[in-house]
Amino acid sequence: MKELFPRKHVYGFISSLLLSIIALSLYYFDLTFQLSMSILLITAFFQAAIQLIVFMHAGETEDKKSIYITIYYGVFIALVTIFGTLLALIWGYY
Amino acid sequence: MDFLDRFAVPNPGPTIYASMVAIALTTIAIIIGLTYFKKWGYLWREWLTTVDHKRIGIMYLISAILMLFRGGVDAIMMRAQTAVPDNTLLGAQEYNEIFTTHGVVMIIFMAMAFIMALMNFVIPLQIGTRDVAFPRLNALSYWLYFAGAMLFNISFVVGGSPDSGWSSYFPLAGTDFSESVGTNYYMIALQISGIGTLITGINFITTILKMRAPGMSLMKMPMFTWSALITNLIIVFAFPVLTVALAMGTMDRLFATNFFTTENGGMDMLWANLFWVWGHPEVYILILPAFGIYSEIISTFARRNLYGYKSMVYSMIAISLLSFLVWVHHFFTMGQGALVNSIFSITTMAIAVPTGIKIFNWLFTLRKGSIVLTTPMLYSLGFIPIFTIGGVTGVMLGMASADYQYHNTMFLVAHFHLVIIPGVVFAMIAGLFYWWPKMFGFMLNERLGKWSFWFIAISVCLTFFPMFISGLDGQARRMYTYSESTGFGVWNMISFIGAIGLAIGFALIVYNIYYSVRYSPRNIPADPWNARSLEWATATPVPDYNFAILPEVKSTEAFWDSKIYGDKLFNKRIEPIHMPNNSGMPFIMGIIFFIWGFAFVFGLWILLVLSTIGIGICLALRSYEKDEGYYIPVDEIERVEKTGGKKK
Repeated sequence: MKELFPRKHVYGFISSLLLSIIALSLYYFDLTFQLSMSILLITAFFQAAIQLIVFMHAGETEDKKSIYITIYYGVFIALVTIFGTLLALIWGYY
Repeated sequence: MDFLDRFAVPNPGPTIYASMVAIALTTIAIIIGLTYFKKWGYLWREWLTTVDHKRIGIMYLISAILMLFRGGVDAIMMRAQTAVPDNTLLGAQEYNEIFTTHGVVMIIFMAMAFIMALMNFVIPLQIGTRDVAFPRLNALSYWLYFAGAMLFNISFVVGGSPDSGWSSYFPLAGTDFSESVGTNYYMIALQISGIGTLITGINFITTILKMRAPGMSLMKMPMFTWSALITNLIIVFAFPVLTVALAMGTMDRLFATNFFTTENGGMDMLWANLFWVWGHPEVYILILPAFGIYSEIISTFARRNLYGYKSMVYSMIAISLLSFLVWVHHFFTMGQGALVNSIFSITTMAIAVPTGIKIFNWLFTLRKGSIVLTTPMLYSLGFIPIFTIGGVTGVMLGMASADYQYHNTMFLVAHFHLVIIPGVVFAMIAGLFYWWPKMFGFMLNERLGKWSFWFIAISVCLTFFPMFISGLDGQARRMYTYSESTGFGVWNMISFIGAIGLAIGFALIVYNIYYSVRYSPRNIPADPWNARSLEWATATPVPDYNFAILPEVKSTEAFWDSKIYGDKLFNKRIEPIHMPNNSGMPFIMGIIFFIWGFAFVFGLWILLVLSTIGIGICLALRSYEKDEGYYIPVDEIERVEKTGGKKK
C-alpha cells in the first residue's frame, strides 16, 4: 500500500497550494514593497521548481542531463538579461 | 475612396512607380507561365504542399537569392546616391526607406533564409536521418517566413516603406515621428517570420538531439551540425525577446500604449535595449552556421580532419553564452556611467577569444594539408583575412571610450559589413557551391565560380575599406547627402565603384547557375568532392527517404572512414520506410497569416478578427486530424536504389 501511494505528488500538490496561498496573502498584509517583492520572488522560484521537477517530470528520463542544462542555461540568460537591463537603464547612471 | 486612400504611398517617386510596374509584370508573367506550361498541379503537389526537408531547403534557397537581389538593388541605390556630393538622385525620405529595407531584407529575409536553406537541406542528411523531427511544422516555418517576407516587400508599393532604420529605434519609430504605416509593416512582418524562425529552432534542436544515426554521440557530430545545434539554441532563447519587443512596439503604435514613448512613464531606450538583447545573439545566429560550413569545407579541401574538434565545440558553446552578455555595446553612448560600459566592454573583448580559437583551428587544419583550390575553398580562404579585419575593427568599436568616436559613423558600417559579408555571405555562397551537386545533381562551373569569387572578394574590400577612412573623418551613417567641402566625395566614389563590382560578382553567380543548368555534365558521382561527412553517402539526387538503411556511425568522419578504412555504414536489411504525408495546411496558414498581417498593418479590424479565426480553425483542424503517414514498401525502395536515386 505504501508503494502505491503517490507521496511525492501529494506533497508536491500541497506545497504548491501552500506557496500560492502565501503569495496571495501578501495582498492582505501591509508589508513594505521590498519585503513583499522578496517573498513573491522566493515563492515563485520554489513554485517553478516544484512544477518542473514533480509535475513535468524533468528528472525522470535519460534526457535528464540535457533538460537540466537547458533549464540552467535559460535561467542564466533570463537573469543576465534582467539584471543587465536594470544596470544599463537604471542603476548605471551617476 | 477614403477607404482606399490609406493604401496610397505617402511619397511616390519614379523608383516606386517602377517597382509597381515590375511587381505587376512579374506576377502576370508567373501566372501566365504556370498556366501555359500546365504547371499549377505540379507546383501544388511537389512544392507548395511538400513537407520534405530537402524541398523546403530549396524553397528557402530560392527566396534567399531573390531577397539578396532585392537588398542588393537597395545597396546599389544608396551607393549611387552618395557617390558624389550634393547628389539629387534620391530624396531624403527615399534614402531613409531604402537603407531601412536594405538592412531588414538582408538580415532577416536573406541571411536567415540562406542559413535555413542550408540547415534544412544538409542537417538531416548529415546526421543520417530521414527528415526533421516535425516535418509539417518545418513547412509551416517556411510559409510563415515567406508570408513575413512578402508582407515586408509590398510595403514599398502599398502604404509606404518603413523608414526608421533596421533597428527602428523609438521615439523615431513611434507614431509622432513615423506617421505612415511603414513601421507597422516592420513590426508585423518581423513578428510573423520570427514565429517561423522560433518554430525552426525548436524543430532542429529536437531533430539533432533525438534523431541522430545509431552510434553518433554528440561528440561525433559533424561540425556543421554542431554549429546548427548551438545556433538553434540561441534562436530559442533570443527570439522571444524580439517577439515581446515587437508586440510592445505594435501596441505603442496601434493602441497608444506608452512602453517606448518619452512621456507617461515610457522609456524609449528600453526598445534599443530589448532590440539588442535579441540583436546581438542574432549576429551569432548568422555567423555560427557559417563557421560550421567553413569547418566542413576547409577539412574537405585540405584533405585533413578538422584540427581541434573539441575546442571548436567548446568555443561555440562559449560564444553562445557570451553572445547574451554583450548587447549594451550597441549603445555605449546612451549616457550610462563608466561602470556599465566597462562591464560590457570586457564581455565584448572576451567574445573575441573563442572566435580567435576557431580562426586558429582553421589555420592549423590548413597547415600541412594538401589544399585543393575549388570555388568553395577559395571563399573559405578569402573569408579568413577579410573577416579578421572586420573582427579586429569590431574590437576597436568594443572599447567603450573609443566608441564615442566611432559610434554612428561609416566606420561602424564598414566594420559590420566586413564581418557579415565574408562571415555570412561568403559562407552561404561557398555552401551553395559545395552542396549544389547534392541538391541538383550537377556541379556549378568552377571557372565562372572563381571569377565571381575574385570579383566579390576584391569589390568587398574596395567598397568598405574607404568607409573606415570617411568614418574616422566624421561621415555619419544614414546621411543621404553631404557637401563637397567635407572631402567625403572621393571615398564614397570608390565605394560606389566597389558596389558595382559586387553587383557584377553576384550577376556572375546567377549566370553561372544558368550556364551550369544548360551545359554542366549530369553523370557526376554521388561524392564529387571526395568529402568526409554522411550527406555524401546518399545517392544523387537524394531519394525522398534519404537513406534506404540508416547508417551506423563510429567516428566523427564516418563516411571518410568507410571510404578509407572500409567501415561498413549500412549493415541492416531494407525495411518498409515510414514517411509523412504532404499537406496544404502550412501554405494555407501562410496565406492567412499574410492577410492577418496586412489587416494589422492598416488596422482593418474586421479582417483581422476573421483571419485570426481562420488561424484558429487551421490549428483546431490539425489537432483533430488523424494523419498516420504512409509506408514505402521494400520492393519500391529496392527499385529506387537500383536506379541510383532516380524515381521510376
